[in-house]
Amino acid sequence: MEKDNLEALDKNFQDKVDREIKIEPKDYMPDAYRKTLIRQISQHAHSEIVGQLPEANWVTRAPNLRRKAVLLAKIQDEAGHGLYLYSAVETLGADREDTIDDLHSGKAKYSSIFNYPTLTWADMGMVGWLVDGAAIMNQVPLCRCSYGPYARAMVRVCKEESFHQRQGFEIVTQLARGTQVQKEMAQESLNRWWWPSLMMFGPNDAESTHTAQSMAWKIKRNTNDELRQMFVDATVPQAELIGLKIPDKDLKFNEETGHYDFGEIDWDEFWQVVKGYGPCNDERVAARKKAKEDGMWVREAANVYAEKRARRNKKVS
Amino acid sequence: MTKQEALFEFLLRKADDSLILGHRLSEWCGHGPILEEDIALTNISLDLIGQATELYKYAAEVEDKGRTEDDLAFLRIEREYKNVLLVEQLNGDFGKTIVRQFFFDHFEHLLYEGLMNSKDERISAIATKTIKEVKYHLRHSSEWIIRLGDGTEESHDRVQASVKDLSRFINELFYQDEVEEILIKEGIIPDVKEFRVAFENNIEKILEEATLKLPEEKWQLTGGRKGVHSEHLGYLLAELQYMQRTYPGMEW
Repeated sequence: MEKDNLEALDKNFQDKVDREIKIEPKDYMPDAYRKTLIRQISQHAHSEIVGQLPEANWVTRAPNLRRKAVLLAKIQDEAGHGLYLYSAVETLGADREDTIDDLHSGKAKYSSIFNYPTLTWADMGMVGWLVDGAAIMNQVPLCRCSYGPYARAMVRVCKEESFHQRQGFEIVTQLARGTQVQKEMAQESLNRWWWPSLMMFGPNDAESTHTAQSMAWKIKRNTNDELRQMFVDATVPQAELIGLKIPDKDLKFNEETGHYDFGEIDWDEFWQVVKGYGPCNDERVAARKKAKEDGMWVREAANVYAEKRARRNKKVS
Repeated sequence: MTKQEALFEFLLRKADDSLILGHRLSEWCGHGPILEEDIALTNISLDLIGQATELYKYAAEVEDKGRTEDDLAFLRIEREYKNVLLVEQLNGDFGKTIVRQFFFDHFEHLLYEGLMNSKDERISAIATKTIKEVKYHLRHSSEWIIRLGDGTEESHDRVQASVKDLSRFINELFYQDEVEEILIKEGIIPDVKEFRVAFENNIEKILEEATLKLPEEKWQLTGGRKGVHSEHLGYLLAELQYMQRTYPGMEW
């Protein structure tokens, strides 16, 4: 009886998904769907928060007042994205602090791209142009995700990300039109960021464990390889426009398919960084842990004060 | 000293206050004690850098020597920065950052209220925009002073130690010399002496609610307005100016 019931609920759920009706927090959803969303949204939130660090690394060294203000505003947006994504996770019954503890223990992942160091000012351009550009490719389809709160959060996130992508491209364009030193700075930075940006779309479809189920649930709308191809097709002409060279000897426009063919990603490097051995994995997690530990007394004080105030208000009334 | 020279110097002093404090707050970016505060501190930083930009722009116009706001912000030597010592002090823990902000915000609030009535239209316009931001900053820092002061024993002791440490820089906020005297006479800036009492009443009221005290001893440090700073400023400038010094004359 119970089993039949569950089957009926599951069928009804999938039927709603198939008819593009959004799933809302109080609706029935299979456990596995809930777990997948908690994993994906919290990792997305962690990516926004950890993603503050490589850019914050240049805030105090931004080259002029305008760039400093824009960079700060952008990082603040990322923190804001983290905030609404954590809220979206909480609609699924997860606790924000628990998910953060999973980040600190290494149980939860975040986008591997943030484990690469930002070494020059040009990297601020590349992070906006390539990293946020790749993020947009991943995130625009998420605005139609079957889970309502996630889809709605992504609408706002995507609007802001598109500003970020443009400001990044503007930084790179300025360098590409600048002095020889600036052009070299831009090219050197592109050489370092290109391949890790392509890795942001995840393993090839054949290797991707979650894709099929996520697509059936309409959490995901396109495969990793489709999105990667869209990114390459959009980005290569932009690089050409400003005279930078994509560091891929196999890159070539394919007249037959209408797409760019490109070289093989170094999957050893991909897995190495995913498994925690990238250039900055330890530093990023250590910085987040330190922020939490150093802030412990502040959060305790705020809680104790709130309790005291509640007690005093009660006495008065 | 001409009126123009005095105006330039005053704008520089205030722009440097905003820039240096904005820079310090930006060091919190990504490291705040809670996500909401990470956002709040960068927001305040952003306001301050915006204020500094407006003030430098006007200073550059007043000076009329072809310098831009960026030249003023990035290409002076240490002795030419005129901010008060308070704003360049290290962030310390979150409580120390809040105490620094608390003293500064209360002063700025009274100053910018006065500047809204400036006979100089540009200053009055900047002040009208700035006061809205300062009111928010003031509320933010004052609420945290109360929360931390009247929170746990640890938070009380930490923030009390910062009040003691940073109160020696309060007097300098009210520093006046020939620059201010000329501008007060012209009706361009208010006489800050007139609101010293209001300032003290305002902060003491909040400190009392927070169960905190200003220290008895009244040793005070000055020097910033004349470009004599603490050792901290040089390192801050080394970072701030890194790009402009390393790649002179380039557009970014």
